[in-house]
Amino acid sequence: MKLIFEKSVKGRKCDILPKCDVPATALPEGLRREVAPRLPEMSETDVSRHYTELCKQVHGVNCGFYPLGSCTMKYNPRIDEEAAAMEGFTNIHPLAPKSTVRGALEVLDTLREDLCEITGMDGMTFQPAAGAHGEFTGVLLIKQYHDSHNDTKRTKIIVPDSAHGTNPATAAMCGYQVVNIPSAPNGCVDLEELKKVLGDDIAGLMLTNPNTVGIFDENILEITKLVHEAGGLCYYDGANLNAIMGVVRPGDMGFDCVHLNLHKTFATPHGGGGPGAGAVGCKEFLKPFLPHSALMDRPGRLQVRAFMGNFLVCVRALAYVMTLGREGIPEASTNAVLNANYLMQKIKGTFTPAFDRICMHEFVLDLSQYEKETGVSALDVAKSLIDYGMHPPTMYFPLIVHEALMLEPTETESIESSASSMSLAKPIRSLCTMRRITPRSVVRTKSRRRATRSCATPLHDRPASNL
Amino acid sequence: MGSYVPSTEEQRREMLNAIGLSDYRELYRDVPESMILNRPLDLPEGKSEMEVRNALRKMAAENTVFSTVLRGAGAYDHYIPSIVKYIPAKEEFLTAYTPYQAEISQGVLQSIFEYQTMIAELCGMDASNASVYDGATAAAEAAAMCRDRKRRVTLISATTHPDVINTVRTYCYGTNDELVVVPMKDGRTDKDALKALLNEGVASFYVQQPNFYGLFEDADELGEIVHAAGAMFVMGCNPIALAIMKTPKDSGADVAVGEGQPLGMPIGFGGPYLGFMATTMKNIRKLPGRIVGETTDHDGNRAYVLSLQAREQHIRREKASSNICSNEALCALTAGLYMATMGPDGMAEVANQCMAKAHYLANELCKLDGVKLRYEGAFFHEFLLDMPKCKEIEHALMKKGILSGLPYEDGMLWCVTEKVAKETLNEVVSVVKEVLA
Repeated sequence: MKLIFEKSVKGRKCDILPKCDVPATALPEGLRREVAPRLPEMSETDVSRHYTELCKQVHGVNCGFYPLGSCTMKYNPRIDEEAAAMEGFTNIHPLAPKSTVRGALEVLDTLREDLCEITGMDGMTFQPAAGAHGEFTGVLLIKQYHDSHNDTKRTKIIVPDSAHGTNPATAAMCGYQVVNIPSAPNGCVDLEELKKVLGDDIAGLMLTNPNTVGIFDENILEITKLVHEAGGLCYYDGANLNAIMGVVRPGDMGFDCVHLNLHKTFATPHGGGGPGAGAVGCKEFLKPFLPHSALMDRPGRLQVRAFMGNFLVCVRALAYVMTLGREGIPEASTNAVLNANYLMQKIKGTFTPAFDRICMHEFVLDLSQYEKETGVSALDVAKSLIDYGMHPPTMYFPLIVHEALMLEPTETESIESSASSMSLAKPIRSLCTMRRITPRSVVRTKSRRRATRSCATPLHDRPASNL
Repeated sequence: MGSYVPSTEEQRREMLNAIGLSDYRELYRDVPESMILNRPLDLPEGKSEMEVRNALRKMAAENTVFSTVLRGAGAYDHYIPSIVKYIPAKEEFLTAYTPYQAEISQGVLQSIFEYQTMIAELCGMDASNASVYDGATAAAEAAAMCRDRKRRVTLISATTHPDVINTVRTYCYGTNDELVVVPMKDGRTDKDALKALLNEGVASFYVQQPNFYGLFEDADELGEIVHAAGAMFVMGCNPIALAIMKTPKDSGADVAVGEGQPLGMPIGFGGPYLGFMATTMKNIRKLPGRIVGETTDHDGNRAYVLSLQAREQHIRREKASSNICSNEALCALTAGLYMATMGPDGMAEVANQCMAKAHYLANELCKLDGVKLRYEGAFFHEFLLDMPKCKEIEHALMKKGILSGLPYEDGMLWCVTEKVAKETLNEVVSVVKEVLA
């Protein structure tokens, strides 16, 4: 389809503003823009149709099954959107007097209380704007803690080789050297490998549990104990919290701080890649190190972005937690785990699970043997699913499984969704094998790595005269 | 209790049986018994949709929605066209994930590509990324991208938004790098102090344009001073001002960043907002975050993909310059949509009206006894007034449904946008006059 710039017609516009009712003030000469920005010139009809055309080329959770492992693509309730669009939330200034934003503070306080209870933490900040941002905030808590004890020899963070790529990148952003430890054959932490690297140079451990292959690490208490005994702190990557809510809490596993992805576990929409929110919870002793806004709140503390964070995302999360409540939160997790196990059970006659055992909310298929036998890769299978109108699973992650496909159905899918995806598995397997790597989507995008430009050149030049 | 689980009890049983389990608890058999939470969560009971709506309406009603907002300081109350509110609420845009699977995500990818192009245009730069969290983190990421092995120190002007300074300080703390705040003189960056602080260890200098006090900095000269010392020049710009203001590129900036909230996002108690980042071709590989590129598919048709991914954390892991992943895509879509709706003339009109109305209010208030501009010189849509009784003024205006300027440093920092009519500005002046009488 055409780019928006190619639909632009010189002189076309939307009438939005009234005429200015005060005398004009000219910008001093040396400060003026020389050439007007070449933005599109469109009627409102043009704009509406352009974005509708774009919208038709997007696959959302509302379009169909979205078993993207590690991303928790659950249904995003509309009531949450309605709440976040209420004028009493959208039209309040972050620097308005506190007495005029009591409702907003109540939203944050209530959500904080609820999420602390779910995670077993004592304090929480909503300043981080995303999961990776939450990780950064969490590891900064660890760093401040050691610094406050003048413990400067702790320069390393332990990250298992099954971790999300953000974990080591976060450790590096916090000035730590990353110590990678290999996983045990079952994908869990290898206790012997852990013991080998523990010492007084370790600041902490970053871990997600259930881990990235969808298995709950049964040695978790031993792991966190060992790290604590070495003087390190334990950071919980909340990416996989959807498996365990109301059943077991990171705080009770021995973790000191945790980040949550409100856009995964608490059903706020992903928005095609944000905005999300990465709430960070911590135990009592880390609370003095939580970030604050210098302008809103108190100077002298660290902060990871301006103001309070992605507040309107927090409103959505609160609507979700209020809806589910005491019984609904564990029900969501149990059914996420049930759905994953059912799907794995049904699919394993066709493709091979990397770990054939009860899984948590997600599982990984290992297509390496299949690939060896037929030449058909995980990529081919994933792209074939697109031809059948389904969003592919996560591919080639975690790195410890070769030819990996990672599936996370979530609790909001029905048994029918599983059935329809399973009914695809066999034909896709035989089709791919037969065609030897020619599903249509793969053919269509063969040259997809050769990006040539990152910006369009708008089609017409405009003179500076209209400024 | 509300629930979004579609499986009936019978279906759940059927699934359990298929797995060969008899009880839900067995799903969690890897979890050590001692750790299992053997009590219900201490949360209220779940509610129906109607109850949730009512409860949240009540909370929303406890906030005061001012009919006029004269407070900016990083969150700007601009008019948001109806279509800009409506389109991002389409469920496909709202509920899709990051466009990793290009074949099924062309709509999101193209919207980001168009956004990038518009931001690059606005800044006069060659390339933009797909966004970062907000303006403050954009400044911090820009500082990180300017550092190399030898040059580690970041300089930032004292005339920058306090939250931006503190965020950059936090990121510098993370990597154990030094941040030095360059003092100000008469509300602008002190050029002599800047010169004195520059040396071979300095990676970059950041200035906000217009600055926290609303004043235009002498960006061209600051850029020359910074470049003469071999450091990079980063400008944090207001995107509305950019419609009429000299581009950061023309002022010599190597990296242009800013808070994208004014481009169609509500003030929303501080978020979600949008950080934009643009730079020259020379530095494109140092840009953090997603970048969408254009390519052709097998049939020669134009297509869009996530590009230059070798910079990013999922490939480089601990060697990546940032851990940032996808972040504010829907806000980027909103910003692109806003700019397309306003067009070049509309954007310039917003900027010109903001500036005209801010000057009108400043002039009128300064006619009152005891009120004067703290700093002289050209300003955009914010200005700091020395005036007595700031708290009383705030209170008196609040009673009229008007949020006053921000009481700050014993004065008041005012902001006027295109939304405020002359009539209202006159009302503000008479209320202030009354308080000061």
